[in-house]
Amino acid sequence: MGIVASIILYLVAQKFKVLENPIIYDVEDALPAANCGGCGYPGCRNFAEACVNSDSLDNLYCPVGGQETMNIVANLLGKEAIQTDPRVAVIRCSGSFENRPRTNHYDGALSCAIASALYVGDTDCPVGCLGMDDCVVVCEFEAIYMNRKTGLPVVIDEKCTACGACVAACPRDIIELRKQNKKDRHIFVSCINPEKGGIAKKYCSVACIGCTKCFKVCEFEAITMGNNLAFIDSDMCTLCRRCVTECPTDAILEINFPPRRTKTDKENTASNKISEKVNTNIKEQD
Amino acid sequence: MRNNQVLKTYKIGGIHPSEYKLTDKSLVNILPLPEKVTILLSQHIGVPAIPVVSKGDTVKVGQLIAQGRGFVSASIHSSVSGKVVKIDSIPDLTGYKKPAIVIEVEGDEWEEDIIQSTDLKKDISLSKDEILEKIRESGIVGLGGAAFPSHVKLILPHGKNAEALIINGVECEPYLTSDHRLMLEYGEEMMVGIQILMKVLNVRKAMIGIENNKADAVHYLRDISSKFPGIEVYSLKVKYPQGSEKQLIKALTDREVPSRKLPIDVGVVVHNASTAYAIYEAVQKNKPLINRIVTVSGKSLKNPSNFVVRIGTPIQFLIEAAGGLPENTGKVISGGLMMGKALNSLDVPVIKGMSGILVLTEDETKRESIEPCIRCSKCLSVCPMGLEPYLLMPLTLDGNFYRLEKEMVLDCLECGSCSYICPANRPLLDYIKFGKTEVTKLINERKLV
Repeated sequence: MGIVASIILYLVAQKFKVLENPIIYDVEDALPAANCGGCGYPGCRNFAEACVNSDSLDNLYCPVGGQETMNIVANLLGKEAIQTDPRVAVIRCSGSFENRPRTNHYDGALSCAIASALYVGDTDCPVGCLGMDDCVVVCEFEAIYMNRKTGLPVVIDEKCTACGACVAACPRDIIELRKQNKKDRHIFVSCINPEKGGIAKKYCSVACIGCTKCFKVCEFEAITMGNNLAFIDSDMCTLCRRCVTECPTDAILEINFPPRRTKTDKENTASNKISEKVNTNIKEQD
Repeated sequence: MRNNQVLKTYKIGGIHPSEYKLTDKSLVNILPLPEKVTILLSQHIGVPAIPVVSKGDTVKVGQLIAQGRGFVSASIHSSVSGKVVKIDSIPDLTGYKKPAIVIEVEGDEWEEDIIQSTDLKKDISLSKDEILEKIRESGIVGLGGAAFPSHVKLILPHGKNAEALIINGVECEPYLTSDHRLMLEYGEEMMVGIQILMKVLNVRKAMIGIENNKADAVHYLRDISSKFPGIEVYSLKVKYPQGSEKQLIKALTDREVPSRKLPIDVGVVVHNASTAYAIYEAVQKNKPLINRIVTVSGKSLKNPSNFVVRIGTPIQFLIEAAGGLPENTGKVISGGLMMGKALNSLDVPVIKGMSGILVLTEDETKRESIEPCIRCSKCLSVCPMGLEPYLLMPLTLDGNFYRLEKEMVLDCLECGSCSYICPANRPLLDYIKFGKTEVTKLINERKLV
């Protein structure tokens, strides 16, 4: 009886054998096995299949493994990997408790997505951070934590893999993936409020008011204006920091820069305060 | 004979929250005009209306200021006379900015063709099509809360016939008494409104459903119903959420509206009692929907009342008329206690679908801490739609929207019975509502593909 069963099983196994390209396994081994979905595929296995089956690696990129992993994959498959700069997530909102007064109190379900669908939030800013941890919960790499003093999330640059999970989770589209610079330095406009300057400033003292001062001072054409907002293109920016000093509302943040020696009057500005806080927080985390 | 009759109600689920009908004896007061009104252009379900006036124009009471666009939409009329000072985005009930027209009040000059006398006009002279056109022009929407354009409900889909009209006078929400007072004080007008609806729908029978905590309204309407053939008044057992369309149909006719279907699929059309009154005014008095009855209530309020309010009046103005905002106020809610929405500002205006303003103290609104689900299945037993709220919440948390759709989350009518009964204080409805929006997105995406 056992022998008969084993023969049947053997025959069935032979009949329904799935032939797979063994190189898929090799590619999968080279991938980080995070299964984060940052590449756009459900898991690393699917991404490996896509790499093997497609003609070129142009639209395929593993944000977690980065360029190194993609080079290994390209070698295995004999294809060419395009050069992509590593990216990192930044939070484009500086509406801390200090900068953005709370006008009401929310006691509903603790989720940004739900709160955002319900109403404008506990401040009057309709686009600002709600601070209810949706991005923190969704991050598989523990690269975001919530700073309870400011009520804003903080990205730990060393851990961030730019998988984009937080970008998708944020109901207000505050999180942006930007080019990773040397020593994790960033300069970006930390506000996405498209309303006119006066109104935006009423909600939040560090809102971008669209005054175009940074746009005028930038020598590298990295800054574009639109929707009452300035936007700094991370590919064009040379990190000269001239826009930071020019900004009247301190909406442009500089992160991970050494403190300036001159201009003591700027020490009290909100941007410096926040960037310092971020720096100290990162040190504490480490 | 009627006293011995078993009171009708629906079968599945339901709860019995405390009623707190503080204002059921207070007469409807006409509120004085505010200095400025803000009329939102999207007060109804469907496409927002397009403004037809511009800044600086002088308008009269009842003048069309925004035209409904498309089939499911409603026109909007000026509720005051004065000058248009602003057409801009103004924070609505959610705090997000929506287009609105701001009018500064000057005097009280009405459009000439509106009949302002309060005499009852019983004869219905207009034809069916003329009535429909009148209702559409007057911007009438469902005044029970959902604000669905009324003319859409009255144009029956091809091949479908209405057998009966149901008038919803249930008002099962705690605190609210606006429909109750309307039925008592404007009962005859409402009856004529019902006759107009019957004429449009071509039905012989109309049923008014009223919960038996409003016995005076039931008696009064039964008395006058002899003058209006075909209209019957039914007293219903008190049970929340009986004012929901599907539950009311089940209670009165014992017919069940299938999932994702409309009442007309079982041969009935449901309209709210206030809507019937608004239709009377529109058809017989030529008056568009410019005011409504709003209950302003709360245990801490000095003078809780029912007010006739012009659309667009700031809520602050209503609360001041009711004795001002008490110091220990925790929340101000627009709508009913169970389904209403907490406001984040008192500057928001009254809209067509707003039936009440509730002022609650800090103690009343305090939320207890959320505990893990103990699988007591109370939420299951109270859900009037037979859903499983305890399951729907974790499915939303997991983002399992395909499964959520299969669990019929879209049948949820957001009555809040599950959150009310939960001994672990779980915010079930908050999550289910979010799940509903995500599932709707999913279905819309599927349609596009």
